Amino acid sequence: MANIGLYIELKDGVFKKSNRELLSLARKSGQNVHAVVFCSDLQPVLPELRGIQTVIQVRGTDLAYQPDRYAQTMADIIAEFKLTVFCGIFSAQGKDLFPRLAAKAKASLVNDCLAVDLVARKATKPVYSGKLQAEFQVEDERALFTIRPNVIAVEEAVSNAQPEIKAFQLTAVPERTRITQVLKSSAKKIDLTEAEAIVSGGRAMKNKENFVVLEELAACLKAGVGASRAAVDAEYASADMQVGQTGKVVNPKLYIACGISGAIQHFVGMKTSKIIVAINKDPEAPIFKKADYGIVGDLFVIAPLLKDELKKLL
Amino acid sequence: MNIYVCLKQVPDTEASILIKDGKSIQEATIKWIVSPYDEYAIEEALKLKEKTPGSTVTAVCLGPERVHNALRTALAMGADHAVHVESNGYLDDQNTARALAEVIKKDSAFGVIFTGKQAIDNDSYQLHILLAESLAVPVATNVTAFAVEGPLVKVQREIDEGAKEMIEMSIPCVVAAAKGLNTPRYASMMGIMKAKKIEIKKITLDEIGISESQNKVRLLKLSAPAEKPQGRIIPGEPADAVRELVRLLREEAKVI
Repeated sequence: MANIGLYIELKDGVFKKSNRELLSLARKSGQNVHAVVFCSDLQPVLPELRGIQTVIQVRGTDLAYQPDRYAQTMADIIAEFKLTVFCGIFSAQGKDLFPRLAAKAKASLVNDCLAVDLVARKATKPVYSGKLQAEFQVEDERALFTIRPNVIAVEEAVSNAQPEIKAFQLTAVPERTRITQVLKSSAKKIDLTEAEAIVSGGRAMKNKENFVVLEELAACLKAGVGASRAAVDAEYASADMQVGQTGKVVNPKLYIACGISGAIQHFVGMKTSKIIVAINKDPEAPIFKKADYGIVGDLFVIAPLLKDELKKLL
Repeated sequence: MNIYVCLKQVPDTEASILIKDGKSIQEATIKWIVSPYDEYAIEEALKLKEKTPGSTVTAVCLGPERVHNALRTALAMGADHAVHVESNGYLDDQNTARALAEVIKKDSAFGVIFTGKQAIDNDSYQLHILLAESLAVPVATNVTAFAVEGPLVKVQREIDEGAKEMIEMSIPCVVAAAKGLNTPRYASMMGIMKAKKIEIKKITLDEIGISESQNKVRLLKLSAPAEKPQGRIIPGEPADAVRELVRLLREEAKVI
């Protein structure tokens, strides 16, 4: 049986819900699963970790994310526990950490996987901005995979068995790449790459202030607010809101595109959304060909109506 | 400072990508461009050169003969030298990183190495870090602001939810550019003329001891994702259409 490792990512000490997808994938594989958590208090996280074999709790006086020491500690854990496959979330931190880990653990990595066979070490990922998918086979001694959020179905643990807990000391290394400060965004934003719903605006928003219309609609769906490149380039929206080729790739259950024409560069960033809704004045807009549901109309009329209708329900 | 830019040539963002034989794409009709994030990398390298007297910028690109055009673009924008690492097949990320590292290592005085945070063909999101690890130097990814202060590089990188990390590293180091770092310049006519006269140095994988047979990640197959069936337009007055939309989202799509 293979020893599989999972990197359980915490955000400000709180369990990220995308970890549940990793755990579901790993439990289903029937292999010997180890979850690695960097935290001083395991109790709040433990209920999430039922049905796996081992939890490796990394301890240290300062557990703040620093890429070099996290990667080295995980490489040491991989060696000590003889882990041959190791998975994490394809998040901002995962993107920074896993390639470093690949180099340190002498492993090969496939990022942004849509499906992974942990035993056969095969993974499918989008390439050419999602215009195609590629299946890769990792033939290295150790295989690493990061999984795109919102792709794998979450299943509850069948077994209630508590995992065995093992402590591991954080490895001290020189911090060659040193994070000196983390600046939080002033507004409390929902992370688009992990959001379950997103409301996006395009050029038709006309200005920055009008985005409040989308924010109100988003608020009643607990959705994130995104934007097309046209809206970002016109400075109606900030760069971190951009969905598409040179922005974020998102994968929510519900994507509502308001006043977005639907250029290929935008579409590749949101095409894997489960349901796409388009609201646009122009009945010829390409977005309607790609949307599950469309309403031809002025977003400034439709979006507030939609907000009111949703409020009655939710 | 001896500044480097690693860039990749990729299909134009508008291009339709068709599969040729299950493992490669039809290249005949494709217009090739420098990967957009690598353009930010070139621009930042040129800005650093302009601020640091006595600096040069060397562009390095791995791929088949056609990548000369990508290197010419970098030269026309203002790079001083270009190196083409000839590779005609599929090289995995580790081998690609090793190949680029071998080329850069020949210069014992390499400084900051710029590259894009991802190339928009394989979207593998790891080459810059593997390159840095091969060279045993620090690396920052997804960089939206860059400055050199004395012996240190200080960068800002975007993380989740619009939050940012401030990072310090010593030189040499690798910086992976993201959108927002700068606005890439257009090549001037003079730059284009000048670029034509610069010789592109060619290095083969054999010379640096790397081959496809060392790949540890094998491409099994390419496939086109399932297309969504055409959706439907909900007709009617705005209020009726919205009510119907909410019903469909709830009862048919079951997403709310």
